[in-house]
Amino acid sequence: MKKRWICLFVENDVGVLARISGLFSGKSYNLASLTVGPTEDRTVSRMTISLTSDDRTFEQVKKQLGRCVEVIKVVDYTDIAIHMKELMFVRINNCSDRDIDGIFKISQVFQVSVIDYSPETVLIESVHTENCNNDLIALLEKCYANRIEIVRGGSVAVETLSIAER
Amino acid sequence: MMITGAELFVKALKAEQVDTLFAYPGGQAIDLFNALYGEQDIDVILPRHEQGLVHAADGYARSTGKVGVCLVTSGPGATNLVTGIATANYDSVPLVCFTGQVPTGLIGNDAFQEVDIVGITRSICKYAVTVRKREELAAVIRKAFLISRTGKPGVVVVDLPKDIQREYGSDDYPEEIEIRGYKPKLSVHPGQLKKALETLNHAKKPVFLVGGGVNISHAHSEMLKLAEMTGVPVVTTIMGKGAIPTTHDLYIGNLGIHGSYAANTAISHCDVLFSIGTRFNDRITGKTGHFATHAAIIHIDIDPASISRNIEVDIPIVADAKTALLALLEKAQKLDTEEWLEQIRQWKSQYPLSMKTEGLTPEKVIRAINHTFDNAIIATDVGQNQLWATQFLELSEKKQMLTSGGLGTMGYGFPAAIGAQIGNPLKDVIVISGDGGMQMNIQEMATAICYELPITICILNNGYLGNVRQWQEMFFDRRYSSTCMRYRKSCPGSCNAPTERCPEYTPDFMKLAESYGANSIRVTKENEIAAAFENAKHTLKVPTVIEFIIEPEANVMPIVPPGNALDDMILESGDKGI
Repeated sequence: MKKRWICLFVENDVGVLARISGLFSGKSYNLASLTVGPTEDRTVSRMTISLTSDDRTFEQVKKQLGRCVEVIKVVDYTDIAIHMKELMFVRINNCSDRDIDGIFKISQVFQVSVIDYSPETVLIESVHTENCNNDLIALLEKCYANRIEIVRGGSVAVETLSIAER
Repeated sequence: MMITGAELFVKALKAEQVDTLFAYPGGQAIDLFNALYGEQDIDVILPRHEQGLVHAADGYARSTGKVGVCLVTSGPGATNLVTGIATANYDSVPLVCFTGQVPTGLIGNDAFQEVDIVGITRSICKYAVTVRKREELAAVIRKAFLISRTGKPGVVVVDLPKDIQREYGSDDYPEEIEIRGYKPKLSVHPGQLKKALETLNHAKKPVFLVGGGVNISHAHSEMLKLAEMTGVPVVTTIMGKGAIPTTHDLYIGNLGIHGSYAANTAISHCDVLFSIGTRFNDRITGKTGHFATHAAIIHIDIDPASISRNIEVDIPIVADAKTALLALLEKAQKLDTEEWLEQIRQWKSQYPLSMKTEGLTPEKVIRAINHTFDNAIIATDVGQNQLWATQFLELSEKKQMLTSGGLGTMGYGFPAAIGAQIGNPLKDVIVISGDGGMQMNIQEMATAICYELPITICILNNGYLGNVRQWQEMFFDRRYSSTCMRYRKSCPGSCNAPTERCPEYTPDFMKLAESYGANSIRVTKENEIAAAFENAKHTLKVPTVIEFIIEPEANVMPIVPPGNALDDMILESGDKGI
C-alpha cells in the first residue's frame, strides 16, 4: 500500500464530479482527497486526487478513470517531481496570553501566517505540503488539545519545471 | 428551419437509422410521442412494462447488431428501466435510452414524477446526460449513438426535460462529432501481436478461450478460420458460446463453474491460454490462484480495464476482437496439436455433458430444440434453465443465443425474445425459461399477442427457484428457504423436499396463456416433446407456451463448488468431487 497522486483533466460539466467520486465509492477505492477547479480553458476542469492503494488497484483506478467519457486525460503524479500544496486553516480557541505567544513561535518555525486574532482565539493559515500540514496539526494537538478546529482544502499539484525534488 | 426539440428528436432517430423504437408514454414524454404520431419510418412498439421494454430493446440489439432504442417518461418510467440498463451494459449491448424529465425550471423541486435518473444510472451505464439547453440537443443525441455503438458497446441514457422537447430551435443534425475524452482503440499493436503469435507457435497444449467480445464484434467467421488454420481447440465462456459452431471438432465446450469437465480440465492443463474478448469473470475462473497455472496467458480485449484485473496476463493486447483476429489471420500458422486434441477427446468421452435421469429432462427438451429449429434465436432466462441451455444448446452462424450473462437478470428471457422476433421476423425465436423467471415479466404476453409474434416459449417448470434450491440442497443441508413456488400459507414452516401433499402450482400457465390468446401445450412425458415443438413451429402469428413439467429436484451438473479450483468439480449429484 502506498500513497498515490493523479492529475485528471475532465469536462467542466454538471455531474462529472459525481461520476468520478462515484467511481471511487462504487468500486471501493480508497479516496484520500480530491480537489477540483476550472483551468485556463473554461470547458476543462482539473482535479488533483490522492489515494492509498496497492499497485494492482492503482492500475485499475487509472484504467477505470480513463474509460469515463468525461475524462480527457489521466496523468500519474506518483513518482514524478511535482509541486504540491494544500491550504489549511487552523483555529485555536480559549487561548491564554502564554498560548498566544506559543502560537506565534510555532507559526514562525512552520512558516505559516496568523491571519486573524481575537482576545482568546487565533486563526492560522498554512499553505504547505500535506505532510507538513499533518506535522503542524500533530504539534498543535499536543500543545492545545481539544481546542483546535481544522479546515483542510485538499492538495493541488503541478509538475516541476527545473526542480528535481518537490 | 426552426423545429421543436421533439421534432428534432424524431429527425435524429431517422438520421441514426432507427427503424424500431421501444416506447411507453407518460406526461413528460407526451410531446415526443406526439411528434412520433403517424411516423412511417419508425415502428413504435408498446410493451406492457418498462422493464419488459428495455429487455426487448436489448434482445433486439443483440440479435440485429443495431442500437436498441428506448423511450419512456420521467420518474417511474425511468426507474423501471434500471435493471434492464444494468443488464444490457454489463453484457456490452448498445442501447440508447431516452427518458422524459420535468421542465428544467422544476428540476430539484421534488416535482411530480421527478427523479434524478442520470444520478441513478451513472454507475450502470456507459454515459448518462441531461440535456440542459435546446441548442445542445442535436449534438447530445449524436454523441449518445456514437458512444453506445463504438468501442466496448454499452448503454447511454439521455434525459430530456419537457421544456427542451417543446422549445423551437435549429433543425441541424450533425454528421460528425468529436468527443475529446472518448477515443476507442481502432488498431492493434503489431509488436504485441507478434509476441503473442511466437508464444502460441511454441505451444504444445494451446487453447483459445473465447468470450462475448467475439460475438459482439461479429467475428465468428474469423474466429473459426483462426481455429482451423492453427488447429488450436476452442473453449468458450457462456457469452462466447457460438463463436465457432458448437458441433465443430475443435470445440471443447464452456468453462466455468458449470462448464464441461473437458473444458475446465483443458484450461488447467494448457501451456498457452490465448483469450479473446473475456474479462475473466469469477464464474469462469474458480479459485483464481489455481487458474491456468501452467499457461502463458495472452489476452485480447477492447477494454484496458479488463486486462490483468482478475487474472494476471503475460501478453496484453488492447484491441477489438475482429481487428485483432484479422491481423492474426495474416500471420498464423498450423501447430502440431494432434496429441493434445486426442487428450481432450479422451476427457470429453470420459465425462461427457449429459443428464442421466430417465423421463422428461431439460436435456431432452433442449436437444429437441436443436433438432427442430435450423435458423433460430434462443433467448434464455436466468438460473438452471440458462445453465442447461448453455450446456446443451447447439449454436452456429444460424443459431444464436441471447442470455443475461453478467448481471444474471431473471425475467430477461421472454421480453428479450420479443425484441429478437421483432428484429428478425423470418427467424424462429425460442425462449427457454423457468417457472420463476417467466413470472417476472409475464405481462409481456400481451405484447407478443398484439404484435403477432410466433415465439415458442418453453417453461421448464420444476416448481422451485431451482438454482438457489440446488445450492441449498448441496451446500446448505437441504434447507429450502423461500425457494418453493408451490408454497402456501397452509404449508409447514420448514420443508426440505417435495411431497405428494404439496399444493397446486399457481398460476396455471395453460389457462394464463389461453386468456391472452396464446397457443398452449403442457408436456409431462418425454414422448410428447417432439410433437409439441412441431405444433409450435407451425403456429403462426401467436406465441406458443409449452410448459414442461420436469423433475422438481433436477440439478445442473457438473459444478465447481464455491472456492474450489476450476478442475475440482462435482460431476454428478451425490458425488463428493474428484
